[in-house]
Amino acid sequence: MSATPQLSPIAKMERRTLIDLIESGKRLDGRSPFDYRPIKVRTGIIEKANGSSFVELGKTKVMVGVKVELGEPFEDTPDQGVLTVNVELVPLASPTFEPGPPNENAIELARVVDRGLRESEAIGLGELCLIPGKKVQVIFIDIYVLDYDGNLIDSSALASLAALLTSRIPKYTVKGEDKIEAKGEDAPLPIKNYPIAVTAAKIGGSVILDPSYEEEQVMDARLTITVDKDDKICAAQKGGLGTFHPSEVDSIIDRAISKSSELRSKLLEAVKAGES
Amino acid sequence: MVKDMPLNVQRREIVIPGELLADGKYLAGANTIKEGDAIYATRVGLANIEGNRIAVVALAGCYIPAVGDQVIGRIVDIGLSGWQVDIDAPYPAMLPASEAVDHRQEHLKQDLTRILDVGDLIIAKVLAFDRTRDPLLTIKDQGLGRITSGRVVKISPAKVPRLIGRKGSMISMIKRETGCQVIVGKNGRILVSSRYPFREQVAVAAIYKIDREAHIEGLTDRVREMIRRMIMDASIHPE
Amino acid sequence: MPRSIQNKSDRLIGKDGIRVDGRRLDELRPIKMEVGILDKADGSAYIEQGKNKIMVAVFGPREAHPKHVALTDRAVLRCRYHMAPFSTEERRSPAPSRRDMELSKVIREALEPAVISQLYPRTTIDVFAEILQSDGGTRCASITAASLALADAGIPMRDMVAACAVGKVDGEIVLDPCDIEDKNGEADLPVAIMPNLGMITLLQMDGKLSKEEFERGLNMAIKACVEIHGRQREALKNKYLEIERSMEEYGGEEQ
Repeated sequence: MSATPQLSPIAKMERRTLIDLIESGKRLDGRSPFDYRPIKVRTGIIEKANGSSFVELGKTKVMVGVKVELGEPFEDTPDQGVLTVNVELVPLASPTFEPGPPNENAIELARVVDRGLRESEAIGLGELCLIPGKKVQVIFIDIYVLDYDGNLIDSSALASLAALLTSRIPKYTVKGEDKIEAKGEDAPLPIKNYPIAVTAAKIGGSVILDPSYEEEQVMDARLTITVDKDDKICAAQKGGLGTFHPSEVDSIIDRAISKSSELRSKLLEAVKAGES
Repeated sequence: MVKDMPLNVQRREIVIPGELLADGKYLAGANTIKEGDAIYATRVGLANIEGNRIAVVALAGCYIPAVGDQVIGRIVDIGLSGWQVDIDAPYPAMLPASEAVDHRQEHLKQDLTRILDVGDLIIAKVLAFDRTRDPLLTIKDQGLGRITSGRVVKISPAKVPRLIGRKGSMISMIKRETGCQVIVGKNGRILVSSRYPFREQVAVAAIYKIDREAHIEGLTDRVREMIRRMIMDASIHPE
Repeated sequence: MPRSIQNKSDRLIGKDGIRVDGRRLDELRPIKMEVGILDKADGSAYIEQGKNKIMVAVFGPREAHPKHVALTDRAVLRCRYHMAPFSTEERRSPAPSRRDMELSKVIREALEPAVISQLYPRTTIDVFAEILQSDGGTRCASITAASLALADAGIPMRDMVAACAVGKVDGEIVLDPCDIEDKNGEADLPVAIMPNLGMITLLQMDGKLSKEEFERGLNMAIKACVEIHGRQREALKNKYLEIERSMEEYGGEEQ
């Protein structure tokens, strides 16, 4: 059951200061409305995982671990590998996170990131089938939020993609009907697309991108648009108690498409630099 | 090693919890404990030696209310007889209605929201606090009350003494150089107010600089220099 | 040079007294500590010990929620040891296991004697340890990092707490066993001490040891704890020295 959340206690004055600033085209940290905070990407930090990343978006910090194991395919897709995305909003990341199983925010975050990867067919799941109907490779993407300063969706999506791009999985040969043997070598995951999530927040009458924690506390609503490498929209998610006008949605989509190429190049560059 | 030399640390040396500061006839000051003749630090901070008193100036730590402290608080709830106030301490503070209105305004007490509403910021004073009950505030004195303009920023309460400076020297310098009104809450919340948003920005930058560099000598000069540079840069390159 | 274990009958310690990862019997794994890396936590620390990668955050003292957990005369110390699903060779469920719960308790009890909790009645001090990568000895590394995080948060302590384990592997007492040594060894003995006060705050043993071996192991662990405490002091001071250093480089420019 989902319930209206406790409104975060932000002073009325602080709320007004923020809104006034944004309406004059500047934000609390000096950014312009459509600027993203500085992004830092590191990959390959958890050697025991098949792939991993640590992304900083301003002060927000997200770590992603990719584990690939053997398992059974789903009944309706017997010749495809399996993808599962899990999010942990661990209490160390924010005084507002409590220990316990994933709450609705963690689950929504996981499903939005999952949708972006799945609908863009970012991972060639068909290439992860070893014995149709019996044995496939299962990809576990575990998103671990370590420091919450706003915009978990975009940072988690970036971190997930970075971890996937630098993952190594074991290669297998299939012997007969149901035996597989590890070849003793590994290969990268088959990555076919690079979905990028761009989140916009509506505050007062203005729209900004990449909301910080304070901005999230005062926003009316948020809209995330996930864009793939061909500028196709592969996921959208509106969140918050407020509303969007269709014309606002149109302009956010335009912004998201153009911003996504900028973020995509940044990410691919950082991943490549890390590998050298 | 330590038994021969009674004093184990130099002035302004960074010490950590459990570090032996002195072993001999010394008095234990703030953030230290005495075991027998030995005095140990209990927090990370700068060793401070004044005569035969050893203390540690803490570099981190939460705000613990003390009677008489001026604090900046935020109204988070309204009850039958007063308001609950968040003063960024481990204990929620109470502002009774009787400490917000005088006898001439008794009629306002009917509807407390007309005096203060949830989300309002106030400058208040701590009237009472002890180990058995939550802090009690008042806004009846001169200079206290609801904040209506300006910007509130937060620094570590441990750095507030450095922000004020010896005999108020640092805070006076900031007010003078930026032309802003600055009100310091002992709980680490600072109100900065000016007609010019840019001047507010400069004062805020100075406050954050003190928060970061409080442990390094020569801070007053560095802050003054930074303020003057920021103001000069702005006049050469107006945005 | 490290070598891999082919099967169980392989010795974990070579004839030259060198272990699987190239260490001597009484050698610690390489350790890296960093303090104050998280923005939202009141105090935080990150530790790497060998392949262990652990992040600890402290919140508090803060209002007790729910109210009934509070104590009238002191702060309640709460501790949560939790492993990330990707922290082990095989992915593990993020749900807390019985081992996680036991470790949360012994870690808390290792820190309790050090925290001067009487200063903050009716509050909680929360310690969250997240194991990002695990390779044996995580409870000890968590205690070491938790102590750093508590100090970083400015929580008054009688002393720091430093922890290290010893194990018995191939009949030898070895310092700071890694995961392979833990899993294939004859005993595991984690220890935590308050170094200046010289008091033990964590002591567990799993396996079989003679009295002499136990005492030899305990002494070896205590000696290592003292060395680790030296690194803790460095890490705490470095946080402030770093600021001074970057100040000199950039002339104290406002970012």
